[in-house]
Amino acid sequence: MKKDIILAGVGGQGILTIATIIGTAALSEGLQLKQAEVHGMSQRGGDVQSHLRISSDPIASDLIAEASADMIISVEPMESLRYFNMLNTETGWLVSSMNPFKNISNYPVVEDILTEIWKLPRYVTLDADKIAKEQGTVKAANIVVLGAAVPFLGLKYSSFEDAIRKIFGRKGTYLVEVNLNALKAGYDFTQEKLAKSKV
Amino acid sequence: MDKLLLLGDEAVAQGAIDAGLSGVYAYPGTPSTEITEYIQASKEAKGRNIVSDWSANEKTAMETAIGMSYAGKKALVCMKHVGLNVAADAFVNSAMTGAHGGLVVVSADDPSMHSSQNEQDSRFYGKFAQIPVLEPSNQQEAYDMTRYAFDLSEKYGTPVMLRLTTRLSHSRAGIIRKEMKEQNKMSLPSDLKQFVLLPAIARKRYNTLLAKQDAFAEEGIQSENNILIDGKDKSMGIIASGIAYNYLLENFPGETIPYPVLKISQYPVSKKVIKSLYDQVESILVLEEGYPIIEEGLRGILDEGKTIKGRMDDTLPMAGELNPRKVRKALGMETPEGYAIPEILEGRPPLLCDGCPHWDSFGALNEALTSYSKGRVLSDIGCYTLSALPPLNSINSCVDMGASITMAIGAAEAGLVPAVAAIGDSTFTHSGMTGLLDAVNKKAPITVLLMDNATTGMTGGQDSAGFGKLENIILGLGVEQEHVRVINPLRRHHDDNVNVFKEELAFEGVSVIIARRECIQTLARRMKQKHAKKETAAS
Ligand SMILES: Cc1ncc(C[n+]2csc(CCOP(=O)(O)OP(=O)(O)O)c2C)c(N)n1
Ligand code: SF4
Repeated sequence: MKKDIILAGVGGQGILTIATIIGTAALSEGLQLKQAEVHGMSQRGGDVQSHLRISSDPIASDLIAEASADMIISVEPMESLRYFNMLNTETGWLVSSMNPFKNISNYPVVEDILTEIWKLPRYVTLDADKIAKEQGTVKAANIVVLGAAVPFLGLKYSSFEDAIRKIFGRKGTYLVEVNLNALKAGYDFTQEKLAKSKV
Repeated sequence: MDKLLLLGDEAVAQGAIDAGLSGVYAYPGTPSTEITEYIQASKEAKGRNIVSDWSANEKTAMETAIGMSYAGKKALVCMKHVGLNVAADAFVNSAMTGAHGGLVVVSADDPSMHSSQNEQDSRFYGKFAQIPVLEPSNQQEAYDMTRYAFDLSEKYGTPVMLRLTTRLSHSRAGIIRKEMKEQNKMSLPSDLKQFVLLPAIARKRYNTLLAKQDAFAEEGIQSENNILIDGKDKSMGIIASGIAYNYLLENFPGETIPYPVLKISQYPVSKKVIKSLYDQVESILVLEEGYPIIEEGLRGILDEGKTIKGRMDDTLPMAGELNPRKVRKALGMETPEGYAIPEILEGRPPLLCDGCPHWDSFGALNEALTSYSKGRVLSDIGCYTLSALPPLNSINSCVDMGASITMAIGAAEAGLVPAVAAIGDSTFTHSGMTGLLDAVNKKAPITVLLMDNATTGMTGGQDSAGFGKLENIILGLGVEQEHVRVINPLRRHHDDNVNVFKEELAFEGVSVIIARRECIQTLARRMKQKHAKKETAAS
């Protein structure tokens, strides 16, 4: 078992929370883990990325090699394009929110971005903001995206639930519930898409 | 013991605590900041009374640590690579005095300049000072080598450098802790003149330092930090140092590497171990993160020996950090091509936060400067450096911490009057104050914009050393009272603020305009903590 995951987004969008949840889930299943984070300069509304690697065997590099990532998980559509070169062209999945974060004046046309993503052989794109709102708060959009990626991560669903309970537990039962629901909603979205593509 | 999931920085911090640390001295700087922050937050460190508050700059940090070492306790100094330039005088001379209590200096390099002005390689400083340098390749080694660094320091009575790079500092992995050692009791060196670097004593101390060099090199072999791993294919040998070793391993998953590999994590490197590789192979590939230090030594000036590949012959690019792919190419292996990055992608540079006081400070300054020609704002390093980018386009320089005031003096003396210096509160106390004294003594026609946001914003909001003391410092340095102005950088005060700038720009002497409003990130965090306290008090 080995999964190399690129997490992408804009500073403040919660990609480190996604990383922590996946990391906690992976550790609970006895896996090894390396996670390279970006700190400093890039956190103020700039692009941020994290390389997350989980494996049953020892992991050497902190960085994922180009063209070898099993997944890109992006909480912002344009940011997912930035790491296209990292994705394994034979097996890699891209899961991205469709909700743009426009803090630059030359932000491309959203439809053009989606067209680029939809050229890939394996992707899931979803309106994470809308789904998160339906679960109670748009702030959980990052967890919706995580939920949509769960079917490809090779870990047990319950490990993610436990991780959310552990990480959000200190902040009260309401947040735990909202995030568990967000996870489930994202998860269901992908399962439906996969079921449809089978028929 | 359970595995702890730690950043490379945090592994160093935990290693130091467990080695019996008594004080960490540091000024923040990416990617080194989390070492000190981890110790500040550690309950164990608190229980052991480990000193961990921030120093005013890297030089004061280094010197304070030398003082603690003089008094027999273990001290850790942490900084980013360019911080070592600031601390260099103390650092290089600490090699001459030697250490009494263990003295370990962590310098965190930033190849590829993720958040720095340059990508200088701290190993050069270690070599320059002639002290041992350790270069861990992973988080466990970061923990283990920090402990070892203290042992080595006390065994030889020498400071030891630990070199990190961004990817190790800011990457998390599981580490296994070892037992906690006792802290040292206070004691003084047996020779009370050891730290007196008068020429006559310094000459003796230098001979002592030189005499240790062979033993330092031998230690790298004994510690197994420099280790030769055999391989059947002798057409090439590989030297891989620090984190580059991981990128090498990454290209042989689940296999043994066919070539002999010399893994280097400690300097100086013994000639013996290099020779035992050199003699058995036809060519050598050198993989090192940073400058080609090992490679340059191996080639020598004439470079007439066996074929050597590395950064100097473009097998690897001279600039930028390594990664698994670059190393794969250097190994001559096939590299898979990924998808092309779509052309519509745009860059997304970092921005000042919404509501940041710097927006309003520069908004007013920009307007006050419209009647003058462009190019007058010499700036410094901090969040406000982002005002170089659109839409503000406010500043014209960022060189090193503290350079704004002194560069403004020089520019004014060349005829650029008025010249403006833009500097943050933390940078001002780091190394702007001495420059302001120069300005006062020269009566230089400069206007200083001192942005007091009550914190060290750029690196995540650490305490600012001059908090609540700035006016006293400025007046004490001799700036005239009527030219020390305080403004509140808020949109609704814009017109008043523009007028203050205009008045002081017209004054042909030193003026300081303090723009005072708290960083909104620090403010938000403070409010949250206050709220949390209230809640626990209520429950
Ligand atoms: C010698 C040196 N030490 C540390 C740093 C890292 N660094 C850059 S800016 C900065 C602090 C800036 O604080 P301040 O001047 O108060 O400005 P703010 O970011 O709060 O606006 C630090 C610590 C550096 N670039 N150079
Ligand atoms: S962190 Fe503080 S000082 Fe830095 S940009 Fe944000 S508000 Fe401004």
